[in-house]
Amino acid sequence: MAQSVAAGRVQKPAGRARGSGPDRKQKWKRIRKDWQLYTFLVIPVVYFLIFKYLPMVGNVIAFRKYVPAKSIFGVKWVGLKYFNMFIQDPSFWHIFLNTITLSVETLIFTFPAPIILALLLNELRNLKFKSFVQTASYLPHFVSTVMLVGIIFEFTASSGPINSLVKAMGGSAVSFMQDPKYFHSVYIISRVWQSTGWGTIMYLAALTAVNPDLYEAARIDGANRWKQTLHVTLPGIRPTIVTLLVLSIGSIMGVSFEQIILMYNPSTYETADVISSYVYRIGLTQNSYSYAAAIGLFESIIGLILVSLANYLSRKLTDSSLW
Amino acid sequence: MPSISAVKTAKREKGYSGMKPTKGYRVFQVFNVILLLLVVMITLYPVLYLVAQSFSAQKYIYAGEVTLIPKGFNVDTYKIVMADQQFWIGYGNTVLYTVVGTAINLAMTMMFAYPLSKKNLIGNRFFTLFAVFTMYFGGGLIPNYLLVNSLHMKNTIWAIVIPGAISTFNLLIMKTSFEQLPKELEEAAAVDGLSTYGIFFRIVIPLSSAIIATMVLFYAVGNWNNWFGPMLYLDDKNLQPVTLYLRNLIAGASATSGGVQDDMEAQQIASNIKSTTMVLTVLPIVCIYPFLQKYFVSGVLLGAVKE
Repeated sequence: MAQSVAAGRVQKPAGRARGSGPDRKQKWKRIRKDWQLYTFLVIPVVYFLIFKYLPMVGNVIAFRKYVPAKSIFGVKWVGLKYFNMFIQDPSFWHIFLNTITLSVETLIFTFPAPIILALLLNELRNLKFKSFVQTASYLPHFVSTVMLVGIIFEFTASSGPINSLVKAMGGSAVSFMQDPKYFHSVYIISRVWQSTGWGTIMYLAALTAVNPDLYEAARIDGANRWKQTLHVTLPGIRPTIVTLLVLSIGSIMGVSFEQIILMYNPSTYETADVISSYVYRIGLTQNSYSYAAAIGLFESIIGLILVSLANYLSRKLTDSSLW
Repeated sequence: MPSISAVKTAKREKGYSGMKPTKGYRVFQVFNVILLLLVVMITLYPVLYLVAQSFSAQKYIYAGEVTLIPKGFNVDTYKIVMADQQFWIGYGNTVLYTVVGTAINLAMTMMFAYPLSKKNLIGNRFFTLFAVFTMYFGGGLIPNYLLVNSLHMKNTIWAIVIPGAISTFNLLIMKTSFEQLPKELEEAAAVDGLSTYGIFFRIVIPLSSAIIATMVLFYAVGNWNNWFGPMLYLDDKNLQPVTLYLRNLIAGASATSGGVQDDMEAQQIASNIKSTTMVLTVLPIVCIYPFLQKYFVSGVLLGAVKE
């Protein structure tokens, strides 16, 4: 199957270059020569078609009525009914705004943190200490979401470390996980804890690639270490920063909903609910598949628009872009 | 360990040579070391806290007296958790899903990445885009769920190990790594009469041990930590991994704390057991992590290479 797909692709460029008979022959010859390589592709391509592309097509159930035990593509067209339903849903605006604010807040706090940590690590002269700090700071990346949330519950418990501190300072215990006003802070702090160390890897690599002559020149011009950081180091890692920023903006709608559905409860829905957690709740706990699929599609499309926009801006403003 | 001369070279490269650090910079360096020690403390503290709690007597946890050193040292909760059959069923399932899942992940990723790494393969660009597109647009939760259901994979191991068989990000890392292998070796092997399969198994795979180790770590950790797929697709308790066992403990505890602090004692007992379960769950990762660390840094960096 993959082979025929490959063949189909090849014929097109050959066909476009009209009258290039020998060219086409050449290509066929190469395809025949490489046939064993194409056999590697068969299973992975079938996998992608079934598990990645078929669900994209499966999104048509957002426009069709789904009946359990019938076709997964639904039974009849209903047009934009479910999209209208979502926009008129009384929780639409607060879920939509929660998604945007939580994503933007997460980006604001989790994006610069690794850059700062990498710059600080870069100033260390003791390489052993440096690698010790790195090893420790990578570790949270390997902690599972379930365990992360377990830690959050333990830390915010009435006798946990945070409340012990609050009590030591004369306050009374706060039930962080039951109070909607703390949800965003708790979520963001945990994200920063988990992702900062891991995020430094790329920046540290970029830092070693900054041309040392530039530091030399800056120093001759009388720049101190801070000025060097400002005028040599930061511009030097700018492409890395921009690329990673574009990537983060692209996935801005992708707040970790796995973490949210583990953390939230009805008393915090007000600030905790985001589009993807709503999709999960509506779709899989209330079995409104078509409605939930419409909400999910709405989210994917916004995400796609954001990543395209970020990529466009990045290409316009700098010389790096994702595609 | 870097030799002294290597350190000196590194310093010179960073532009330190001949520089007399100013007083301000010295102060900054001291401040910086303290700050980074603080960072280490913050990253490690939660895990150490769990360890301390798991070995502590309940009454001290209840009083909020456990900080870093276990108080009223005992291993009772370890006995309780380890005597729970359900915990071991979950643990066994996790091991099974991790081993089978990672094997599938690795085989599929390498199979796809190898042809993609051949730049002059006709259709290469098409297949690469075919994979990369899925990084930016996906089917979403509901269609995926309905697909797995309609394939009758629910309550089987396949619902856990198949849908995530290839991570596109890892695929690109693997592809880049294959691209960097010396072409001459493969060409020489072909001249010696080795088939494409022979080259793949006898030349390419042995030369890629570092990147394979990285992939094993990434995929294994992903499989080990996976809970959402199992929660969606595995209703049968005998099939559930330990992450779900842990989630049920945490969810149970949060439910009891729902009505303010009236049920504090129950909550604290759960705290104790939860910590123990978490420590036991994360232990394998903490054990293999230092050995694979040197590989995964280069793995991440390969992933950053733009096509």
